[in-house]
Amino acid sequence: MFATRSVPRVGARLIGAVVGFGLLASACSGGGPDTVTLLTHSSFSISQSTLDSFTEQTGIQVEILDGGDAGAMLAQAILTKDNPIADVIFGVDNTLLSRAVTEEITLPYTAKALDGVHPFTLLDETNHFTPIDYGDVCLLYVQSDFEDVDPSGLFFNPSFGDQLVVEDPSTSSPGLAFLYATIAAFPEAWQDYWTALREAGVLVVAGWEEAFYGEFSGAEAFSEVPGGDRPVVVSYASSPVLEVLFATEPISEPTTAIVEESCFRQVEFAGILDGTDNREAAEQFIDFMLSPEFQEDIPLNMFVFPALRSAALPPVFVEHAEVVENPLGLDPEVIAANRDQWIEEWTEIVLR
Amino acid sequence: MKIGRGLLIGIPVGFLTVFYLYPVASILLAGLVEGGGLDFTPFGDVLTSASLRGVAWFTLWQAAASTALTVLAAMPIAYVFARFEFPGKRLLSALLTVPFVMPTVVVGSAFLALLGSSSPLGINLNRTIWIIFAAHVFYNVAVVVRTVGGLWSHLDPRMEEAARSLGANRWQAFRTVTLPLLRPAIVAAGSIVFLFTFTSFGVILILGGLTYATLEVEIYRQTTVFLNLPIAAALAVFQLVGVTAVLWVYSRYQRHREVGLSLLPRLAVARRPSTPRQRLAVAGMIAYLGAIVVLPLAVLVARSLDTGNLWRFYRALTETGSGSTAFVSPAEAIGNSLWIAGLATLIALIVGMSAAAVVAYSSGPAARTFDLFLMLPLGTSAVTIGFGMLVALDWPIDLRANVLLIPLAHALVAIPFVVRLSVPVMRSVQPRLREAAAVLGASPLRIWREIDLPIAARALAVSAGFAFAISLGEFGATSFIARPDTPTLPIAIFRLLGRPGALNFGQAMAMSTILMAVTAAVVLLVDRLRIRDIGEF
Repeated sequence: MFATRSVPRVGARLIGAVVGFGLLASACSGGGPDTVTLLTHSSFSISQSTLDSFTEQTGIQVEILDGGDAGAMLAQAILTKDNPIADVIFGVDNTLLSRAVTEEITLPYTAKALDGVHPFTLLDETNHFTPIDYGDVCLLYVQSDFEDVDPSGLFFNPSFGDQLVVEDPSTSSPGLAFLYATIAAFPEAWQDYWTALREAGVLVVAGWEEAFYGEFSGAEAFSEVPGGDRPVVVSYASSPVLEVLFATEPISEPTTAIVEESCFRQVEFAGILDGTDNREAAEQFIDFMLSPEFQEDIPLNMFVFPALRSAALPPVFVEHAEVVENPLGLDPEVIAANRDQWIEEWTEIVLR
Repeated sequence: MKIGRGLLIGIPVGFLTVFYLYPVASILLAGLVEGGGLDFTPFGDVLTSASLRGVAWFTLWQAAASTALTVLAAMPIAYVFARFEFPGKRLLSALLTVPFVMPTVVVGSAFLALLGSSSPLGINLNRTIWIIFAAHVFYNVAVVVRTVGGLWSHLDPRMEEAARSLGANRWQAFRTVTLPLLRPAIVAAGSIVFLFTFTSFGVILILGGLTYATLEVEIYRQTTVFLNLPIAAALAVFQLVGVTAVLWVYSRYQRHREVGLSLLPRLAVARRPSTPRQRLAVAGMIAYLGAIVVLPLAVLVARSLDTGNLWRFYRALTETGSGSTAFVSPAEAIGNSLWIAGLATLIALIVGMSAAAVVAYSSGPAARTFDLFLMLPLGTSAVTIGFGMLVALDWPIDLRANVLLIPLAHALVAIPFVVRLSVPVMRSVQPRLREAAAVLGASPLRIWREIDLPIAARALAVSAGFAFAISLGEFGATSFIARPDTPTLPIAIFRLLGRPGALNFGQAMAMSTILMAVTAAVVLLVDRLRIRDIGEF
């Protein structure tokens, strides 16, 4: 019976510990003038040494807040705009940019290196958002299945629908980008295109993981387990690079390739959250994100291209990453005006 | 005693007001207040939309069907666990809890491997309602087995034997004697499973193939995709009303159902199977359990091993990408998971046990309403709670980006468990035991300590196990609050799955296997504690 007797005492001690810990934790977080808090999405990654070097140069620590997927992260920033939870936001892309600008969550800032970025990344003339990186969402196919086929046909000819798995644009960001790709490529006829894809038997799933590992037949090269039976999937232009980079046994050539004509360009932006009490540190961090050190660290951490023109690419990117010459794109304003309507139309055509 | 009772009521009311009512009210008002007044048009928009009405109806019936199927699937397992001793029983019982914590993405891939287009069993349930039901049963079977089995293992088998000797057949004896005695536990477990499946999100999204959507999925879409807070708020209100209505029916039904039981030590109840028929029952149950729970888990373990180089992925967990901010070492992930789960369990037990004591020892409409209120967090959209916390909890201490919000949010989901599992047990204490102690001169505190606590401790152990598992599995609102850099095992799995590549996929499977092992170890430990500390009564 000793155990039952000691319960209240143990309980009291534990409550004390919890309260003490709580006070300690709240005293530590929140940061002071020497900390900059970065709200970003779950896919954010950079070398620890790069962040350490920022701290060495400026004396400013960086704290990272994981806000979930890009849509959820932006919703968090908008809901807390009266009293922001961070100083800098990173990961708003061109498909979300207009909403972020309209909601006025960030302060304008002209980064020192802004004139060195690729001109096509300059989508916010008011400089509330600074471009940091870009990448393409493309159709990815298993090369051995289409040796005698012109790959562009996989995009332009909807009769390939029975070979294709796509993500739902209302739950997946690559899925949304691919919907935009079809709208950009067939501005007047995208509804007919999707009707034809549906008739051919296109498969729709909720997220990229389910599409890629669950339904894409090329996944075997990425997971060593049998994937699905669809040889074409909506994925990222960098997927072949990752296939080589993360193969269990070294391989020289990827088994998958992208359909260049289907690529939709995504540009990711950073901004200083309005209401920060740490504006100067936030500005320094934005400048650091456009510095060669940070920019050259981006490709092997997030598998996208640096926005800075002069940033050097790692060899595996030079060798296996396809630089898409004329990607599809849509004006952020047009996206903002039509986005909800398009998603609803798409849902009617493809799912109902 | 007066002060004690005030404290018992004060702790849960205070906790739920600050961490549940206030955040939920804040986000709902943010969606529904328009130009200084309440705007009710979103409710009209929801009611007039045929597709949203369809979503509401689907949410309700799939939850009811999933609950019924889960209870049916769990009863034979609960019976064999309660009545028989056999080698490996404790390990099997711990394994049963493992599905509970597994991320849906991972389980989804295992289910598709087993029941998808390339099924080795030749059963293709892909994108049908049946794969959703199968996943719901897989996830929740432990809730029913552990709750019902817990009570069953203390029921005196002689009652059923007496019925048999009076001429009842097996089924009649079960239906007229055992089932009524088990009913409080079945209904309690069923209500939890119902709430879980009512707010189902990942299973529906990943396995449902988009033709199915629950209110939870729709609230998520309206909030994060369309940023349509009014519609999201209206849907959340409908979800709350639905949950409250179901809980109200449940509490009406539960009234006067609890009976004081004379419970036996479990060792007096369970015995080794002796007849061939009994051995067959035990063997059959183990095979059945293997098929519905162990097989999907085994798929994941097999995928974590590399055919050429067996431990490659486990080794890679500590090396590949170790210089980046996204890197999480297994030790760090386990450490974070354990301290967060430990803290969440502690909070849930303190709040939940106080609340359970209030409910168990009071009667009348006030107590029933309080009981119902305690269940609501489990039936409320994680999106609503998560974003509500983000909007509300910035004063007096800014908790929004504080690490502590994670265990607090986990505790919120675990509290209804603790209450639901504890109340029937606390009520099953026969009042005459307490009266006898009082007659003998024991103070109320002493009665509580010597009689109620040892009995409640049984519920405490079961609910502690579940509270811990809820936190390990990262349930609920934490997906929607911005988290400071404290990656737990499920978060580490998501990060690995997010980048394609054989090495990353293998590591995700290895991390999943570690999550299974940690869960099974914790449950085994809790089960051991239960046996040693509480003794048998």
